[in-house]
Amino acid sequence: MTDLAPAITGSLRRISALVLRHVYVLRTSWPRLLELAYWPVMQVIVWGFISTFLRTNSSWVAQAAGVLIAAALLWDVLFRAQLGVSVSFLEEMWSRNLGHLFVSPLRPWEMVLGMMCMSFIRTMIGMIPAALIAIPFYHYSIFSMGLPLLAFFLNLMVMGWSVGIAVAGLILHYGMAAESFAWVSIFAFAPVSGIYYPITTLPEWLRPAAWALPSAHVFEGMRTVMFEQRFPLGHFFAAVGLNLVFLALAGLAFVLAFRYARRRGKLLAMGE
Amino acid sequence: MSGTDAIMVGHLSKRFDATLAVDDISFSIARGSTAALLGGNGAGKTTTLSMLLGLLDPSGGEITVLDSPMPAGRYRVLDRMNFSSPYVDVPHRLTVRQNLTVFGRLYGVATLKRRIAELEQDLMLGEFIDKPTGSLSAGQRTRVALAKALINRPELLLLDEPTASLDPDTGDWVRSYLESYRAASGATILLASHNMGEVERLCDLVLMMRRGRLVDRGTPAELIGRYGRQTLEEVFLDIARGTGRADEFIARADAAQ
Repeated sequence: MTDLAPAITGSLRRISALVLRHVYVLRTSWPRLLELAYWPVMQVIVWGFISTFLRTNSSWVAQAAGVLIAAALLWDVLFRAQLGVSVSFLEEMWSRNLGHLFVSPLRPWEMVLGMMCMSFIRTMIGMIPAALIAIPFYHYSIFSMGLPLLAFFLNLMVMGWSVGIAVAGLILHYGMAAESFAWVSIFAFAPVSGIYYPITTLPEWLRPAAWALPSAHVFEGMRTVMFEQRFPLGHFFAAVGLNLVFLALAGLAFVLAFRYARRRGKLLAMGE
Repeated sequence: MSGTDAIMVGHLSKRFDATLAVDDISFSIARGSTAALLGGNGAGKTTTLSMLLGLLDPSGGEITVLDSPMPAGRYRVLDRMNFSSPYVDVPHRLTVRQNLTVFGRLYGVATLKRRIAELEQDLMLGEFIDKPTGSLSAGQRTRVALAKALINRPELLLLDEPTASLDPDTGDWVRSYLESYRAASGATILLASHNMGEVERLCDLVLMMRRGRLVDRGTPAELIGRYGRQTLEEVFLDIARGTGRADEFIARADAAQ
C-alpha cells in the first residue's frame, strides 16, 4: 500500500498535467470554445423545429414531444465524447509533441485517461448550452428524465471514448493519413443506433448489428423512458456489458498500435 | 560496465524491413562526461538516441541507462533524463510558462514555480515567457526547448542537433550554457550534431557513425591526431567519404567488432 500511494499520486499528477495542457489551449481560444457549443446548439434548434412541426403531424412524436430533441442531444454526447478523445490526440500530433510526451514519465494509459477527462470537459462545454436552450425555446428539459439520463449519458460517453481510443490507435498506426477517421468514424454507427427511430424500423437482417452496439440500447431505452415512463434494465445492462467489451477492444487496439509505433520509430517522427 | 557509466550499449542494432539503420554498435559513456554521436545524414544517430530514450524498440542488443535496462526499465529512469530535438516541438499555442508548467508536472518537479523562475533567469526567458511559443524566433524557441529539457534537472541529457539553424551568437550561447550546466550539476550529456566546432569544444568522447556502424571513437584530439588532420571536420569528411586513412581505421574497427 505504501508503494502504491506514490505511484497513484504520480499518475494523477501526470494525467492532470495533460488535462492542464489542453485546458490552457481552450482557455485562450474563444473560437474553439464557441465551436464546441456551436454544433450541439444548431442540432437542438433544427430538431426543435422539426419536433414542433411533427407534434401536430405525427401521433408517434405527439406521445412524447421531446423525443427528437432528447435523441439529438444524446447523439451529440456520443459524437462529442469520441471527438473529445480523438481531437486531444490529434492536438499532440499537430504540435509534434508526441515525442516529448513519451520520453517523459507519462504512461500510455495515463495519456488515454487524460484524453478521456478532456473528452468529458469538451462534451460538457458543448452539451450544457444546447440542453439549456431547449428549455425556453421548445419547453423541453432533458433533465426532466432524471436518473435515467445519467445512465444514458455515461453509456454514450464510454462508447464515444472507445471509438475515440480506437481512432487514436489508427492514427498512431497509419499517421496523419488516418486523421479523417477522427471526424467521420462515429457516423458509421448512426444508421444502426436507432437515434431517431426504433430498431424495429431496420430490416431484420440488420438488427443484430444494431443490438451489438451500446448506443442502440441507449436510444431504445430512452424511448422506453419517454413513452412508457419506466427504466428498461435489460437495455441498460446490455449497454454496460457491450461498453466493457468495446472499451477493452479499443484499449487493446491502442496498445497494439503504440507497440507498433515504438517498433517502427513513429513516435519521434509523427506530426504534420 | 559498472555504475560509473551513465550509458552502456552492447551489440545494439535496429532493422527497418530491409534497412539496417543501426548495425551492432557497442559503447559506454561515463557519468559526468559529454559525448557526441557524429555521422552524416542516415548514419543512425537519431535512431540510436531514440533507442536510448525508449522511444524505439531495438531489434537486438542491450541498453542500460542510469543502471536501468532500456526499454524495459524506462519508467524507472525517464524522470531523471530529458531530451531535445528539432524533430519534436512543444505546443505552439501554449505560452512558454504554460509549457514549462505542463512538463514540470509531467516530470514531477518539486517547487516548480521556483524551478521555472531559475530557468527564466538562467536562459534569459523573461522577455517572452508569457508569450505563445509559436510566436517566438528560432533562437528563442531553442532556449525554450533547452528549458524544457532542463526542467527536471536531468542527470542525463540527450540532445539531437542542439544548435541546428541557430545564428553563431545564439549557438555559442547555447554551448556555453551546456558547459556550465554540466559543470554545476555533474550531468552526462550525449549529443548528436553536425557542428564539428561544437563537438570539439564540448565533448570528451566522440563516437563516429557511418551507415549504422560505429566506425571510430576517441577524444576530438585523438581522432584528429589519428587521421593526421587539423580539425574534426576533416576527420568527419574522411570518414563520410572514405578518403584519407578512413578506410584503414574503419576496416580495423570492423575487425575488432
